[in-house]
Amino acid sequence: MAHFTKATSVKDWLNQRLAIEKVEKVMASEYWIPKNINFLWAMGMVLAITFGLLLVSGIFLLMYYQPNVETAFDSVNYTIMQEVGYGWLWRHVHAVAASVVFLIIYIHMLTGIYYGSYKKGREMIWISGMLLFVAFSAEAFSGYMLPWGQMSYWAGMVITNLFSAGSLELNGVVEWIRGDYVPGQAFLTRFFMLHVLLVPLAILALIGVHFAALRIPHVNNQDGEDIDFDVEAEKYLAGDTKGSKVIRFANDFMSKDMFVVSIFLVFFFYLVFWNYGFAMDPVNFDPADGLKTPAHIYPEWYFLWSYEILRPFSKDVGLIAFAFAQVIFVLLPFLDRSPNVKTANKRGLFGIWFWLLVIDMIVLTAMGKLPPQGIYSTIGLVAAIGFIGLWVILPFITAIEKKV
Amino acid sequence: MEKTSRRGFMGKAFGAVAAVGGVASLVAMKQTWDPLPSVKAAGFTEVDLSSVEANCLVVEKWRGKPIFILKKTAEMVAQQDETQTARDVIVEGTHYMIAIGLCTHLGCIPAYAAKKEIFQCACHGGEFDSSGLDIKAPPPSPLVIPPFNVKGQIVMLGEEGPEYKKMKEAGILA
Repeated sequence: MAHFTKATSVKDWLNQRLAIEKVEKVMASEYWIPKNINFLWAMGMVLAITFGLLLVSGIFLLMYYQPNVETAFDSVNYTIMQEVGYGWLWRHVHAVAASVVFLIIYIHMLTGIYYGSYKKGREMIWISGMLLFVAFSAEAFSGYMLPWGQMSYWAGMVITNLFSAGSLELNGVVEWIRGDYVPGQAFLTRFFMLHVLLVPLAILALIGVHFAALRIPHVNNQDGEDIDFDVEAEKYLAGDTKGSKVIRFANDFMSKDMFVVSIFLVFFFYLVFWNYGFAMDPVNFDPADGLKTPAHIYPEWYFLWSYEILRPFSKDVGLIAFAFAQVIFVLLPFLDRSPNVKTANKRGLFGIWFWLLVIDMIVLTAMGKLPPQGIYSTIGLVAAIGFIGLWVILPFITAIEKKV
Repeated sequence: MEKTSRRGFMGKAFGAVAAVGGVASLVAMKQTWDPLPSVKAAGFTEVDLSSVEANCLVVEKWRGKPIFILKKTAEMVAQQDETQTARDVIVEGTHYMIAIGLCTHLGCIPAYAAKKEIFQCACHGGEFDSSGLDIKAPPPSPLVIPPFNVKGQIVMLGEEGPEYKKMKEAGILA
């Protein structure tokens, strides 16, 4: 049995039972972060804070939302928006955060790609991150069903139909997912369950894995420098804080992190109070109607690029291309054959590849929003083929890359 | 040695119990997500054709899905080829198109452009002619014809009548 002595203070009492000093060292003061990083390294914390905003606003929405096809629409658009004190605030925080979280996720992802933060021991950080992206997508989609407006209903119809797998005509699978021939009560209640319990649980677990994956390889830096964290930590603890290449996670790095977070929050609440409209589709202010398709169905902006990869092809080819786009990012650490951990602009062809990918995804996003006609269809088709082509050539251009 | 084998036995015993329980609970979970009997027994919809106007789309609801009913004009019938006419439901000499009004691509409801006499899907740009045949991708197949039974001017959706069975045998339902 462990040896307990009479505590000299509350801290000592806790320390004997929970080893709080040890935990504090492991989690914060002796968790080492490189010095040569920039504001893009704060995106993880920005995401954590945004997830917190979603959680808190979601808890308050949950107190009045009713997952019933007859009452869901009014419980959001009348009860929460007009009757509940500050109900509008929770809704707008929730809607804006759901949209902005994807903007930050994309920045976070592209940062990782640009600085090569997915290789040499950092593969699990990347993979768990991409699983988080999938979980966040499921969370966004299931949440989009809940107001039970026209876009909720028809997005639900279109996305669940994807599971019939094209010409395989697996209509039984689609009906099983919906619990009905069309989205109805069973559909709404099960997506409500997914949105408020199962998917958030998965997200919390994945966040744990994502953080844990960082411990051993440590966070990358903007020069791709291979830092010996043990040596640098020793130097820091010996008093040579200037000569050491690392700083403590808390409070040193956290103070920079939270400074970026505060700038983000000013921008975020500016959107919440003055420019929330982009996160609220006007079509979704019509109640769901199974006998009337809206004139033009499109997903939220963050899904447009993959939607546009689905759209210009025939049904089966489109589905295969779409499935390809969904999984291909996960494989990045294995498709990049170069051992270089360096910024993309120092990696020759990979630098060009990176910017082409960014441009292509922006073009896909723009075309996804436009009606599928004429020149837009053609540009969309070219961009979709370009996306697939970029991933096909990636292993080849990185295999011939020179060691830098 | 004895200890490890005993431990091994307990491990295997737990594995067996967990496997049986796991599979059994998967069965229950799968069935919990199945459509309810009340949903499955959604029943039948009766449509009266006598008040339908030519080249003016009528939309009925059957099992939560929209059903398109289009009475064709004499000119439309005259211009049709055999594959188009084969899909027509003929009631007392008048040709009707009856089809589930969901695009066979991803299930949006196409809109009827009466002037062009085609269905256009706003979601992904698919098009169908006035017989429900797909004329522009992405939809891979024509609009699906639901089970129907003609009784005079009344069409019963959900019942497989002789005309429907004939179409089914000819393989032109979708």
